[in-house]
Amino acid sequence: MERVAIIGVGQSEFGELWDSGFREIVLKAGIDAIEDAGLEGKEIEAIYIGNMSGGRYLAQEHIAALIADYSGLAELGVPATRVEAADASGGLALRQAYLSVASGVHDIVIAAGAEKVTDVGSEMTTDIMASSADREWEGFVGATIPALYALMARKHFEMYGTTPEDLARVSVKNHKNGALNPKAQFKREITVEDVLNSPKVAEPLRLLDCAPLSDGAAAVILANEKIAREYTDNLVFIKSCTQASDYLALHSRRDITTMEAVRKAASLAYKMAEVSSQNIDVVEIHDSFTIAEIMAYEDLGFVEKGKGAELIREGITELDGSLPVNPSGGLKACGHAIGATGIRQAVEITSQLRGEAGKRQVDCETGLSLNIGGTGATAVVTIYGVV
Amino acid sequence: MLPRFWRKIKYRYDIVGSVCETCNTKYYPPRNFCPICRRRSSIKEEMFEGKGKVLSYTVVHDTPEEYKLEKPYIIALIELDNGPVITSQVVCSENEIRTGMRVKKAFRKYFEDGEDGIIYYGTKFVPDED
Amino acid sequence: MKAGVVAYGTYIPRFRIRAEEIARVWGENPENIRSGLGVFQKSIPDIDEDTATISVEAAREAIERSGIDPERIGAIFVGSESHPYAVKPTATIVGDALGCGNFFHAADFEFACKAGTAGIQTCLGMVKSRMIEFGLAIGADTSQSAPGDPLEYSASAGGAAFIIGDKPIAEIESTLSFTSDTPDFWRREGQPYPSHGGRFTGTPAYFRHVISAARKIMEENGYKAEDFDYAVFHQPNGKFPVRAARMLGFRKEQIEQGLVVRMVGNTYSGSSILGFSAVLDIAKPGEKVLLVSFGSGAGSDAFIFNITDRIESYPRKPAVWDKINQGVHVDYSTYLKLRKKIKMK
Ligand SMILES: [Zn+2]
Repeated sequence: MERVAIIGVGQSEFGELWDSGFREIVLKAGIDAIEDAGLEGKEIEAIYIGNMSGGRYLAQEHIAALIADYSGLAELGVPATRVEAADASGGLALRQAYLSVASGVHDIVIAAGAEKVTDVGSEMTTDIMASSADREWEGFVGATIPALYALMARKHFEMYGTTPEDLARVSVKNHKNGALNPKAQFKREITVEDVLNSPKVAEPLRLLDCAPLSDGAAAVILANEKIAREYTDNLVFIKSCTQASDYLALHSRRDITTMEAVRKAASLAYKMAEVSSQNIDVVEIHDSFTIAEIMAYEDLGFVEKGKGAELIREGITELDGSLPVNPSGGLKACGHAIGATGIRQAVEITSQLRGEAGKRQVDCETGLSLNIGGTGATAVVTIYGVV
Repeated sequence: MLPRFWRKIKYRYDIVGSVCETCNTKYYPPRNFCPICRRRSSIKEEMFEGKGKVLSYTVVHDTPEEYKLEKPYIIALIELDNGPVITSQVVCSENEIRTGMRVKKAFRKYFEDGEDGIIYYGTKFVPDED
Repeated sequence: MKAGVVAYGTYIPRFRIRAEEIARVWGENPENIRSGLGVFQKSIPDIDEDTATISVEAAREAIERSGIDPERIGAIFVGSESHPYAVKPTATIVGDALGCGNFFHAADFEFACKAGTAGIQTCLGMVKSRMIEFGLAIGADTSQSAPGDPLEYSASAGGAAFIIGDKPIAEIESTLSFTSDTPDFWRREGQPYPSHGGRFTGTPAYFRHVISAARKIMEENGYKAEDFDYAVFHQPNGKFPVRAARMLGFRKEQIEQGLVVRMVGNTYSGSSILGFSAVLDIAKPGEKVLLVSFGSGAGSDAFIFNITDRIESYPRKPAVWDKINQGVHVDYSTYLKLRKKIKMK
């Protein structure tokens, strides 16, 4: 297997991008990544794009061809592939790109993720997101995605004593980090009281427990080690990139306070990267809901099951803690552009490992990102290192 | 949506699921393939008891368009007596719902395809505490 | 062949509104309503309840209590003036929800408030002719009334289901109908609320039909009022059935148990049969019951029931009166929302 390095990263702004359409947003991220890598563009041999629901947000399928076209790569006949796993679509694109280089099939590829959500109304958005769970047996009865995370949260409260304040602290931390990220959707700090007084969405989850749904795109250029060294000395390697599945609906799972897909993907990722959870210096976690971050602390093996809230209570996952989580602001503050999120996480970890993260820079050599689809039926774990 | 709903009427109007006779695991919604036994699975349809207890619940305030009039409504995971876990609505007041609460099935309307569309009926749950 | 009711079940939604609350909104004196109409409160369906859901719940109770295999039910008739669909039967929804298979006869009936008893008669005919083993007759409604209309104090929601077959708990000794074209109350196609002839609904409509049917069936079978243990008349309000009973020579004690309208309102197609169900809840073997329904437009179905020994082993809890006496009271604005009387986008 070839070693795979990230040689360029790019990201659009995340948020309500009223002036930009899907094509402009993707192009912005892609061109940034290509420029960052010092490529001309035509060196790219394949495109992998994560996008959850172009079909419903834009009534546009065949998203990969659209991107190949507007990036000028269709002119060269470059193959473009769209992958989908709800909001883990970006993680899947990263993994497909990684596999294509690791296998030796391609030398340089681009992995991107993009979503344009604000062209439809908020009720439509809720409906589209509900498609990431079991539409017929969860969505039909009114179990929205926040509702399903709320079921997990309540069970976690009852089994392990996690509290609404613990969830609020996750949101507060991520907003604090987001305030330091120029690309973040929300660059303002909030308090625990703000979270606890925000409108109820699906009890016990409140508005400020939930990540926004945003427009945005992100892209990374991957190359094998030999090619990568021709472009940069500041290499960030993908040491492993794994993916696992779980039952789509919560009612089919043995324990809704555990995301089995996260546990399985993580354990394989550590093994393949030959590191342990204790070696990780910086983490980007899929905090689509605050409870997801707490459960991920446990399922990624940073702390034993049920003790996730301790990490946030003790400040361990703060920017200045021993295990900074979501220095970007996470999905909550940086924004959640659904299909873009998995790639956006890779952009953040790469910036951190390169030492280019500005005010939010943490001391790190090994990083991890976790991208989750829907309520956890898909998980992608990526481990990054400078050597 | 129409054929898709019609196809599952039997399983929505009552709690008809399936059981794998090889490992005795019960499934709702029904599966025609047991994830545990895989090719050794032997699936049979089974009607489950319409009683059970609430494992977890949430009061939903931010609702999809079709549930606007029911806001807020309660979604719960319910463990059926001698049966699987089902995701359903529980019809009761916000102050009444709690985990561990005993509930029983009720035939109710889920939503309508607007004023001139079809009506989607199905199984919900109501308190069963006496 | 003896045939009649082999099982019954009822359903009453949990919400209630008091007459005072409606009177408060429309500037009426609540005391006039209570004494004038004889309705103190009425039931209201939940936002996710309609005639189909009420029918299924009532029928499920009958099936559960009797243990009858739903596949042995050969006919389902749902009588209602508030079928959820103008075109598309309620009876098919009920059949599938109960698991009756596919080989059963089904139809929806509409005859204002007597569509439920019309179903009982039809089932009886089919059972006696041996076309079917069991027939399911349901009367259920979530009746609408225009805001501010006096009907608003009474138009309520509920239903009762009867399985008709041989080996009955209440044998039908006799039944007949009295019918004429009398436009006392109607609702035109596409109209959301019914219209009525005000005081015309009394003497020429309700009383003429109820009294004629009752007199005829008693006369034909050689009975007098005192031969019955109970009598139940259609209950559009608390006044009419009491006056009808008096006109026919029945005492207060004979009608009290079945007089549910004061506390539940007029459940339309469910009205007289809900009252009859309340009587079955306490009836003893050997007792005799007179039931007379009334449907505007107009007609009355009269029945003489003889309670059999089988009633003693038939589970009768929770009783109709238990269900009536439960309930959560709501205010008028909640009522408007539940009944979808507020025009929304
Ligand atoms: Zn099995």
